Amino acid sequence: MTLEVKDLSFDYPDKNILSDISFKVDEGDFLCILGTNGTGKSTLLKLMLGILKIQKGEILIDGISSKKFKEYKDIAYVSQKATGFNQDFPATVYEVVAAGLYSRRGFLKFPRKSDRKKIEKALEMVGMFELKDRLIGRLSGGQQQRVFIAKAIVSSPKMIFLDEPTVGIDVNAVDSICCLLGDLNKQGYTIIMVTHDLSSVIHHSNKILMLSENEPCRMFDTNEFLNQNYSSQYPHHKEGH
Amino acid sequence: MEIFTYGFIQRAFIVGFFISVMTPMIGNIIVLKRLSSVGDALSHASLAGVAIGLCFSYSPVVVAVLFSCLAALGIEYFRRFFPRYSEISTTLVLSLGVGLAAVFSGFVKNAAGFNSFLFGSIVAISPAETLAVTLLSVMVIIISLLLYRELFYIAFDEEGAALSGVKVKTINFVFTLLTAIVVSVSARTVGALVISSLMVIPVACAMIISKSYRSNIIYSVIFAVIFTTAGLVISCFWDIAPGGTIVLIGIAALILLLPFRRK
Ligand SMILES: Nc1ncnc2c1ncn2[C@@H]1O[C@H](COP(=O)(O)OP(=O)(O)OP(=O)(O)O)[C@@H](O)[C@H]1O
Ligand SMILES: [Mg+2]
Repeated sequence: MTLEVKDLSFDYPDKNILSDISFKVDEGDFLCILGTNGTGKSTLLKLMLGILKIQKGEILIDGISSKKFKEYKDIAYVSQKATGFNQDFPATVYEVVAAGLYSRRGFLKFPRKSDRKKIEKALEMVGMFELKDRLIGRLSGGQQQRVFIAKAIVSSPKMIFLDEPTVGIDVNAVDSICCLLGDLNKQGYTIIMVTHDLSSVIHHSNKILMLSENEPCRMFDTNEFLNQNYSSQYPHHKEGH
Repeated sequence: MEIFTYGFIQRAFIVGFFISVMTPMIGNIIVLKRLSSVGDALSHASLAGVAIGLCFSYSPVVVAVLFSCLAALGIEYFRRFFPRYSEISTTLVLSLGVGLAAVFSGFVKNAAGFNSFLFGSIVAISPAETLAVTLLSVMVIIISLLLYRELFYIAFDEEGAALSGVKVKTINFVFTLLTAIVVSVSARTVGALVISSLMVIPVACAMIISKSYRSNIIYSVIFAVIFTTAGLVISCFWDIAPGGTIVLIGIAALILLLPFRRK
């Protein structure tokens, strides 16, 4: 699945956010989107997901204009606020992941037998199978984030969007979530991820998009990016990782 | 025991059973959406409907359903302006209901009739009402089972549900109307001042011990059926208001359950 953004601009009523953004994501890419707070990273994700209406420019998914694109079941999204739910909510890990299956399936569609297998497989992939019957609110932040990733991949999407999935999580958990995303990427999932935590994820990614205020956005190959600007800041990066 | 052979007592138990199955199903979603006071707002609006109905000699139940639905839509309307402080909108509607009920109940000639809606009355249920409540309950139960996953997703994460394609607005609308109908129809039997307790207390009891969303629903229905049946039996023998008895039993059970809180 490919994605192409062409000359995209977006304004909120009182503020211009994105202007003339163009870039391309190929099948199997792992794209990191960087930028300081308020540069429009979440807005860009929401435009790509069809949550916000495009005002100017175009987004092509698999060559089809996003306005006509229908196969939203091929796309999954872990929002910036995923773990902001009420921690006393009586739902098990299993039930939360199951929600990921029914959402885009449409109104009044019943669960199928194969669903159970899908849910268990997704939980195994994120290493949460043992905790499947625990209440979601009783898990740690990092474990919850894994559950939300399982909820995203349970419907076998081709492309996964994540908005800052590692916020508020300790360093080890961040590393293990980034490794998990790297593994998923190797299995063929295309990943587009907004992050401030570049050091943990950079060696799993192959492309980087920099958004900045009042400047055009810039797209880098990860290697090129490292060699050019940031090699001094990320000394532990190893070539060819 | 001979008391249970009377037709109206049997009807009371049938109606009580169906109400106590459907009310917590709605109540679960309401509590989990942190809208526990919605039941109160709607029941007061339906009281206003009863008062106005009795004043102008329309069917009080029909006007109550109408008012309750209007109130539900009003809550949804006000909620848009205070999305993160939804209790503002329920309180607005509750106040409006109380105000209207207070003003119009002053003109009601049949005070006993009005009082039976406040605390419920098991002798008041006609065979036609029994049938109506039964059919309605079956409808509510079926709809909440059909929308089980959507309602779960919306209660858990409304924004996330919307983002992943659940028709949140439509489902919220349907659910709100269901709530309004449940409240106003049950008010007749268990009482308008009590119906919202029947939505919240069994769910609260279930949340103490349940280990999943599914078990939370099942437990809350079981609790509601137990409380209602016990309340009706006691109110039959001692001739006390059923609604109040049911609520007191529920609260007592809740307090007894607290030590068993899930870890
Ligand atoms: N619904 C909205 N209405 C008006 N302005 C908005 C809205 N949502 C976001 N904005 C503004 O748009 C800008 C970009 O927001 P966005 O959430 O895309 O930023 P971001 O890059 O994701 O920031 P962060 O790193 O904090 O998540 C911000 O300045 C914000 O104030
Ligand atoms: Mg953001």
